[in-house]
Amino acid sequence: MALKIVKGSIDRMFDKNLQDLVRGIRNHKEDEAKYISTCIDEIKQELKQDNIAVKANAVCKLTYLQMLGYDVSWAAFNIVEVMSSSKFTYKRIGYLAASQCFHESTDVIMLTTNQIRKDLSSPNQYDTGVALTGLSCFVTPDLARDLANDIMTLMSHTKPYIRKKAVLIMYKVFLKYPESLRPAFPRLKEKLEDPDPGVQSAAVNVICELARRNPKNYLSLAPLFFKLMTSSTNNWVLIKIIKLFGALTPLEPRLGKKLIEPLTNLIHSTSAMSLLYECVNTVILCVQKLRILIEDSDQNLKYLGLLAMSKILKTHPKSVQSHKDLILQCLDDKDESIRLRALDLLYGMVSKKNLMEIVKKLMLHVDKAEGTTYRDELLTKIIDICSQSNYQYITNFEWYISILVELTRLEGTRHGHLIASQMLDVAIRVKAIRAFAVAQMATLLDNAHLLTGNTQRNGICEVLYAAAWICGEFSEHLENPMQTLEAMLRPKVATLPGHIQAVYVQNSAKLFATVLKSQEGDTDSTTTQEASQLMIDRLPLFVQSANLEVQERASCILQLVKYIQKLQQKDVEVAEEVCALFAGELNPVAPKAQKKVPVPEGLDLDAWINEPPSESESEDEQPKAIFTKEEPKHSRPRHTEVDEKELARRREARKQEQANNPFYIKASPSSQKVYQDTSGVEHIPVVQIDLSVPLKVPGLPMSDQYVKLEEERRQKVRAEKKKKEKKKRKEKRSGRGRKHDSGPESEEDIAPAHMVDIVTEEMPENALPSDDDERDPSDPHKALDIDLDKPLADNEKLPVRSHRAVEAQKSPVEDGERENAASQEPKKKSSKDKKEKKKDKDRDRKVKVQDYSTLTSLSVVCDIQGNLQDGSQVVVSVIFENKCESFLKSMEFNVLDSLNSKLQRPEGSGPHDGLVVPFQLPPGVSNEARFVFTVQSIVMPQKLKGTLTFIVKNEDSSTHEKLDFKLHFTCTSYLITTPCYSDAFAKLLESGDLKSSSIRLEGVNMPFHHLLARICFHHHFSVVERIDSCASMYSRSIQGHHVCLLVKTSAQTVSIDAKCDEPTLLGNVLDEIKQTFSQC
Amino acid sequence: MMRFLLLFSRQGKLRLQKWFTAMTDREKKKIIREMTTIVLARQPRSCNFLQWKDLKIIYKRYASLYFCLGVENQENELLALEVIHRYVELLDKYFGNVCELDIIFNFEKAYFILDEFLMGGEIQETSKQIVNRAIESSDMLQEDDHSEWYEVELFGP
Repeated sequence: MALKIVKGSIDRMFDKNLQDLVRGIRNHKEDEAKYISTCIDEIKQELKQDNIAVKANAVCKLTYLQMLGYDVSWAAFNIVEVMSSSKFTYKRIGYLAASQCFHESTDVIMLTTNQIRKDLSSPNQYDTGVALTGLSCFVTPDLARDLANDIMTLMSHTKPYIRKKAVLIMYKVFLKYPESLRPAFPRLKEKLEDPDPGVQSAAVNVICELARRNPKNYLSLAPLFFKLMTSSTNNWVLIKIIKLFGALTPLEPRLGKKLIEPLTNLIHSTSAMSLLYECVNTVILCVQKLRILIEDSDQNLKYLGLLAMSKILKTHPKSVQSHKDLILQCLDDKDESIRLRALDLLYGMVSKKNLMEIVKKLMLHVDKAEGTTYRDELLTKIIDICSQSNYQYITNFEWYISILVELTRLEGTRHGHLIASQMLDVAIRVKAIRAFAVAQMATLLDNAHLLTGNTQRNGICEVLYAAAWICGEFSEHLENPMQTLEAMLRPKVATLPGHIQAVYVQNSAKLFATVLKSQEGDTDSTTTQEASQLMIDRLPLFVQSANLEVQERASCILQLVKYIQKLQQKDVEVAEEVCALFAGELNPVAPKAQKKVPVPEGLDLDAWINEPPSESESEDEQPKAIFTKEEPKHSRPRHTEVDEKELARRREARKQEQANNPFYIKASPSSQKVYQDTSGVEHIPVVQIDLSVPLKVPGLPMSDQYVKLEEERRQKVRAEKKKKEKKKRKEKRSGRGRKHDSGPESEEDIAPAHMVDIVTEEMPENALPSDDDERDPSDPHKALDIDLDKPLADNEKLPVRSHRAVEAQKSPVEDGERENAASQEPKKKSSKDKKEKKKDKDRDRKVKVQDYSTLTSLSVVCDIQGNLQDGSQVVVSVIFENKCESFLKSMEFNVLDSLNSKLQRPEGSGPHDGLVVPFQLPPGVSNEARFVFTVQSIVMPQKLKGTLTFIVKNEDSSTHEKLDFKLHFTCTSYLITTPCYSDAFAKLLESGDLKSSSIRLEGVNMPFHHLLARICFHHHFSVVERIDSCASMYSRSIQGHHVCLLVKTSAQTVSIDAKCDEPTLLGNVLDEIKQTFSQC
Repeated sequence: MMRFLLLFSRQGKLRLQKWFTAMTDREKKKIIREMTTIVLARQPRSCNFLQWKDLKIIYKRYASLYFCLGVENQENELLALEVIHRYVELLDKYFGNVCELDIIFNFEKAYFILDEFLMGGEIQETSKQIVNRAIESSDMLQEDDHSEWYEVELFGP
């Protein structure tokens, strides 16, 4: 209902509102961009107008456009304007827009500090609310620092609505301004025991979030949380508390034991799955329960079961490993999320014993997998599983190489480079495997056409990079280097990506060197000559490569080979010199090696080696230098000295290349066909087409056979061991060794197939051992690792906005003045206007400012408000403002109770005791305190006398001051604006329970709607219906009395006929209305 | 802590976005794009959870709308699902049988409701009644703002 009214009133006011915009966009599906750009132009016009309503509407539309992906950052300032509107409707839109569009680098945020502070201290709780909500989205370190104190104060606001928001936003403030944590923490802790459950849960949320990051600082809260856990019935809060304990238990083992009982109670009693899951997750011993979750048909539970398993795995790997069957089964699930979780689990479950088996299963899945993403995920997981902790679990590297080779059959994978880097890594670091690896790689190179297939985008061709490099670098292990050399120089290679070609070219030179070396001393030099000839024939193709790297290497090597050929013809022995080109071993270097090099003593890295160049030099001369440097590049002789013949040859070669390139669109389509046919005849026959085993790379051994071999080997080793042991036992004749005999082989028993020498990564000498680089320095939570139990130091207090002002004004003259001022008589009711203005802003307040007292040192403004929930309670909010330069403290608020109205005092205090105001006031600061009064009868107005005592403290002395005031509880203040619909209103009048009364007001010279507004505003009525110069109005008291008015006007006379179920109340209200109109 | 909440249609059109931490437009757009593609590609009857980078993604489809919540890694997935459901309930209560069009045409209201329910990536209020009441009162206030009487009062008699 409320929505309809709001909608209606917006509709009336504007030509194109948000709804029109949305509708318009939906109607312009074809030319949406164009339509929106005209809308943005309109919005720009609207933003130029002075009318805030129009601006707010424009900003609202912009917020919508921002969601559609349009840039609205240009309107940031307008958003701030709308945020500053005094009306809630617009303020709300402004803050919404800001929370959607602002981020840390939005510069206008700087301008908002004061506006936000104003809104935070607004008497209207919803103003404060939107400000807090908005701030939670865009708080910056500056805002956090400037507003921390204001927000901290709001944590003790009388309204739970504000308190809970303030508590939640404190977490954001801590993150941006960690210094605020210690001063704010005691208050945050208090909120854990807040009477309002919403505030309590907010505090639990924030502390849970804080404790998760730095649990040790929050151990002292454990008893408090324990109490909460056993008393709370709110599942969502319980989940957070259990989470918090989950973070604390590792630090305090005794806590674990204490928790078991309440947790088991919860597990047995709760019907909420989310809570159960959280409990089970915390008590991670319930693996069997988890099995039930995984076997459940609900996919969500299955997923969570697997997730919880992976947590248990870290601490109790054995208990999870027994569920291997179930987890492998999950790999078959049709749900990808579940399969990925299962894969994650497998990663942690492998051991030397089961690695081969698990990987074999995974390989089967690779074959079956649909969709490249999942297949790629499987592939990376296989590699992760095998390579984890420095190949810890691999006992047979021949098997691993063959797995890697098998993985190359994957079509369309993006992870070619990953396989390639594994091949390189294994070949380099496991010396014993090199011979085998080289043989495999040679076969791979020989069958390269199968990998590249007909798609060049195929990422798998990356493995050829590794294959070529391994064959080249470790070519001494090659059985037939000549054949590999030929394979590496095939014309088809020119279709590979540039960086791979470059490696091919470079490594062909290495191979060439090996061929030369192997043939040395041989009288028959045909092989070496063949090799040189092959190089000279094939390399020119690469010399023309578009890739600079390939071109450069090829032309370099070509010249070298031509020279070698000349030498060969003269029978000069060159092999040794050529080999020297590639001598030396390459060792892997640890990724952190560079960082770990210690700085030699006496070396200052920041000092200039030469005098720093002057400013002008660097500005004027550097660009020139770059320019001149570049020029010689363009005039490389190779480019300029191309003669006719060479050009023709290249053209021919290009044609050839284009013919070989399946992507090149040729003049005659037939040529492509012919090419494919011929190449097919050449290469394909070796492929066995076997449907059950997809695409074997011919000649390559399957990993399976290594699994078998490994099994056999292990058995043999075991048998030998047994034999040895038997022998030993026979010799020793003691039965002690028996227990080794029957049990299954343990991890240590499996010896690697060949002594694998895993080359560890090189570290520089004197490398500093440290693990500090594990932590991410950019983690914002690191800053929140603060000891909270240490007492606060003075410099840790939160900045209060007036601090600077205080320090600036410390002259003795002012001191004297202040003393005079403080002793002056309080001036009561000094400016009516001010009060009026304040009221305009406080539109939502049910009861308006009644009385206020000012003393030059202290001003007190109060505001009386009926309590909706409790008909016998009235809340008086008092704003204390310190107007002098001294510090005000020990404020005590006291009221002389009447029979009817009593100030609520804490239990145990006497009826005449004052209430301590829970804050002190630094100079210029104002703060609000609320006091609750119990009222028995509300039919009569009341005046209560009160006093406020306080201490004025300055540097050398302190004086006691007293301020008298009167609180005026009018009958109006017991009325609450309540809407009423005309039918309900009519029924109420018909019921006949109401007593009537009437008044006449003479000489009222104001338009009728002004008059109505006045009654609404000052006396909390709402208009039910208005016809011409006649209107019906309604209001309700906090004790449920109905007050109905019928207001008529003719000439300057206003007659009010009123009905109410309580005649005394009615009479007093009418008197008060009369009073209001007599004043104008 | 929750990081973001996105509502998008089956066609991948964004209907609502709430970021609980400040982010640049570019980062936002990137996440929105990835979320819509990943979530829309999911098979029906799959589970509602995804792992994406260091976040847990919890999504649920209600009629033609996907609700997609990104939470930090230590959060409880089922709780996140309950949060989504609670938000849908709140929308339903406010609009009365809520549909996608309600959210499109009153998107600011959808935000206001969300702001009373969640704040700064945490649950602000666990009680449905209190959330409803807060929204109602703010709307009442807004209604008051629009009354002509008030305009007059500002300028005095």
